[in-house]
Amino acid sequence: MVRLLGTLIPMRYIEPHAHMVSRVTDDYAAMVTAGCRAVCEPSFWAGFDRGSAEGFHDYFCQLTEHEPKRAARFGLPHYAWLCLNPKESENLALAAEVLAIIPEFLDRPNVLGIGEIGLNKNSRNEVAIFEQQVEIAVKHNQMILVHTPHLEDKWKGTRLIVDILKRTPGVNPARVIIDHVEEHTVAEVLDAGFWAGITLYPLSKCTPARAIDMVEVYGTQRLWLNCACDWGHSDPLAVPKTALEMKKRGHSEAAIDQLIYGNPLRFLGQNPKFQVEKSVLD
Amino acid sequence: MNREGVTDLYFAEARSKLVDLAAFLDRVERSEGADDFRVKSLRAALKELSSSEPEKAKRILVLLSDPTTEPIAEAGEKSASGAWSGF
Repeated sequence: MVRLLGTLIPMRYIEPHAHMVSRVTDDYAAMVTAGCRAVCEPSFWAGFDRGSAEGFHDYFCQLTEHEPKRAARFGLPHYAWLCLNPKESENLALAAEVLAIIPEFLDRPNVLGIGEIGLNKNSRNEVAIFEQQVEIAVKHNQMILVHTPHLEDKWKGTRLIVDILKRTPGVNPARVIIDHVEEHTVAEVLDAGFWAGITLYPLSKCTPARAIDMVEVYGTQRLWLNCACDWGHSDPLAVPKTALEMKKRGHSEAAIDQLIYGNPLRFLGQNPKFQVEKSVLD
Repeated sequence: MNREGVTDLYFAEARSKLVDLAAFLDRVERSEGADDFRVKSLRAALKELSSSEPEKAKRILVLLSDPTTEPIAEAGEKSASGAWSGF
């Protein structure tokens, strides 16, 4: 429970990164029951390489037409980020076709920006496609959500990404979130003026305890938490479970609300399409 | 939260993970063959745990990371192994 204008209300949070097309309907019910007030879905890799631009066109329609209806059955606003995922950047010819169709979707009512672009294995083609998608975002005045690589590739990839973003004219760090930070990358992202996302994964990214450690060390000014649930090992309730962990550590209800509701609201609210309850805690 | 509070909250979990790690190394050492780059990296990272320096998690993550700075020629596999193959 949190205290809002003198009234106790159930815990609330925004899930800023979840791949709901890969989740079952029961996950929507569980998230809303736990206090989720909005969910945001970046474009993702399907687990296999799509074979044509038409396949991506259908996926973008799924993210902007079908999935919002599915979420709406639970009263949950659904937003999307569009892009070619870095895992599919090696085929430059197909990538060019996909990048060409993205702008036609940017005016759709639930589209928040370009994402999750970034790097996966830090290859030359991944870098080239990342740079092109950043340019699309700048050209169309879109916010940017960045994926950083996994495990041994994260440190190098994050430094490459920060360098590219810093040297690209027109990129406003306040409108860019660099996701999946861990202890060895969070400072570089925040020091460069970007927002940083901490992803809560059972094995490969960050546990609730480590996430709260980073919050305690680096503050909450430009941090958000997300579950990034997809078709792999992941937990759609990771954010509210981390909120409970924060409570055990003695964090106040207002501080928890600020991190899991206020912060994503502050970042995402830079796009006027993002409309959720803006009331603040006492 | 003071040190006693942190210990109360997390000691049992840390102990469990430590024993799991020890059992993993026992399992590896009972098996035939030589350590690959992942196990070698893990053994090197373990030395950081007994250091008195701060930011142990950060230093272990860096130790397990690719330290190069130039993009690679081609992505090849999409998945990551958890340690740098050049270790």
